[in-house]
Amino acid sequence: MFIRTKILRTRMLSLAAAGVAIAGVAAWAPAQAQETVKIGLILPMTGGQASTGKQIDNAIKLYMQQKGDTVAGRKIEIILKDDAAVPDNTKRLAQELIVNDKVNFIAGFGVTPAALAAAPLATQAKIPEIVMAAGTSIITEKSPYIVRTSFTLAQSSTIIGDWAVKNGIKKVATLTSDYAPGNDALNFFKEHFTAGGGQIVEEVKVPLANPDFAPFLQRMKDAKPDAMFVFVPAGQGGNFMKQYAERGLDKAGIKVIGPGDVMDDDLLNGMGDAALGTVTAHLYSAAHPSAMNKEFVASYKKAFGSRPGFMAVSGYDGIHLIYAALQKTGGKTDGDALIEAMKGMKWESPRGPISIDPETRDIVQNIYIRKVEKVDGELYNVEFATFEAVKDAGKTKK
Amino acid sequence: MTSLFTNLFDGVAYGMLLFVLACGLAVTLGLMNFVNLAHGAFAMTGGYVCAVLVNQSGWPFFAALPLAFVASALIGAVLERSLYRHLYNRSHLDQVLFSVGLVFMSVAAVDYIMGSSRVFIRIPQALEGQIDFFGVGIGRYRLMIIVICGLLTAGLQLVLARTRFGSRLRAAVDDPRAASGLGINVPQVFAFTFAFGCGLAGLGGALSAEILGLDPYFPLKFMIYFLIVVTVGGSSSITGPFLASLLLGIGDVAGKYYVPKIGPFVIYTIMIVILIWRPNGLFGRTAAR
Repeated sequence: MFIRTKILRTRMLSLAAAGVAIAGVAAWAPAQAQETVKIGLILPMTGGQASTGKQIDNAIKLYMQQKGDTVAGRKIEIILKDDAAVPDNTKRLAQELIVNDKVNFIAGFGVTPAALAAAPLATQAKIPEIVMAAGTSIITEKSPYIVRTSFTLAQSSTIIGDWAVKNGIKKVATLTSDYAPGNDALNFFKEHFTAGGGQIVEEVKVPLANPDFAPFLQRMKDAKPDAMFVFVPAGQGGNFMKQYAERGLDKAGIKVIGPGDVMDDDLLNGMGDAALGTVTAHLYSAAHPSAMNKEFVASYKKAFGSRPGFMAVSGYDGIHLIYAALQKTGGKTDGDALIEAMKGMKWESPRGPISIDPETRDIVQNIYIRKVEKVDGELYNVEFATFEAVKDAGKTKK
Repeated sequence: MTSLFTNLFDGVAYGMLLFVLACGLAVTLGLMNFVNLAHGAFAMTGGYVCAVLVNQSGWPFFAALPLAFVASALIGAVLERSLYRHLYNRSHLDQVLFSVGLVFMSVAAVDYIMGSSRVFIRIPQALEGQIDFFGVGIGRYRLMIIVICGLLTAGLQLVLARTRFGSRLRAAVDDPRAASGLGINVPQVFAFTFAFGCGLAGLGGALSAEILGLDPYFPLKFMIYFLIVVTVGGSSSITGPFLASLLLGIGDVAGKYYVPKIGPFVIYTIMIVILIWRPNGLFGRTAAR
């Protein structure tokens, strides 16, 4: 009996203590929140997709260096978490960031499954999810709080399809990686290319973890197309181009076309001269001839010793969007108000003029047709045609 | 018709490469009865050593290849003496756990030191492109692989079958107790063999960077291929793994070329069929130890 009361007493004591603590926190929290806006940045910093994460992280650091870390009187704090592009991790990290760290934004997301895993959490917590990399069309439909600053695969794949038909390419063989973005790229390309009168003579889907492209490339060569449409994840592009040249497909007159992921600025220089003449459609090239981009590339190179790619520019625009939205709401971090502020926002990015589609919260941007050329001894994607204000074809279709 | 020969050639080159990568594993697993899943880590080490020497220190490719062998062999020897030795008499499960641990450590270490992006080794101009041989496209680099690996295989077979060291090794494997009773220094023979197998893997890693790509996940990605070679080939000699590598290389390339939709499964189907037909592998010993 005595023992029990003692336990009861201690329990009540600790409860009271907890109550005091909670009250204390509650009183203290709003004061703190007035000052800092927290952004939970979830990126693959290790693993096969690490280059994506590093570029975005670098670009955000650069932006905050240039523009300062205060917006509308509030300090911005970035909390970086590594999910290694594994969606289970993404979900857990997003939850921790929202519940424990009380972040006002979640951002980043290197691959589609990661962005999708965080979507329900953004909806529940009513906080904006800024997608800075993943490129499958459906992502922005999964939560009314998702806004994207990267691209969709449909954007570049449809454009390269249209361009190919108009430029005398009649027979195309396709080689795409067998996963969601690869299939997206293939289907949108096929639709636009065949609608224009083009013909697909060979269609090969290569497994994602593919050690050797040799047999697939031999098949491409034997099909004798005018060009081959290629989509492989960024990391495999170099390997692919090497084998393409080794097998003499360049000498057989088979051009490489595709969405620009294969020719990521980050990796382009390592591919060697085999990449010369490759025509791709994409949102960004480090060689984009605008004053803003020249400055962006120069300061990025100075800070990190490498060339920014399209992932870097997506991160740069992502953080800009957050800054601009906070400016518009006067520093208020209400999720709905922020999303409203972001809708329809237009600005000049290093990649050119871009805006956020007010209906789909997806990015609207110029898609450039580029050709790999040697500039000052380095390989660059040199832009030679522009398709203006391209929306995501995956949604406009409906 | 010409593409048939090109495919055959590619398959042989791929198979030869698999053999050099995996034959060290055949030796440790078959001859020394040790399950070393970390074999790919030694291959990766060789690849990175070669890449650093060629790309950063400006060594010629052919000078860096032997060093890839030496570096992997040295690391292999050190690890054998310090770690592996203690596990020879443990159960296979312990060995698997231990070596998988090593794999993850090597992946993390290389990721930390070299970064996670794919590395290419700059190869000499003379090895780029294809030679046209009566209309059959022959890749120069692949031709070089076939030559190097062919010589290595012949050399290995000679050493094992004809030299004193070869007979000591076979004796040590057949019955370690009797062998040491006859004055053979069994631990030394094993250590040397292990290191040599690691060196071969290192050489294979350096050669394969051009074709398979080299990144920190190499040991995990290709572990399964090595194991297939050893299980299908049987692990009692090196002829078995050699033929198995060729069969798998050709099967894989042909499967991906002729039936690209199910191409990646061909190599596994071959494995299953062979293992049902001969559970100990093509050249496995029928009498279990």
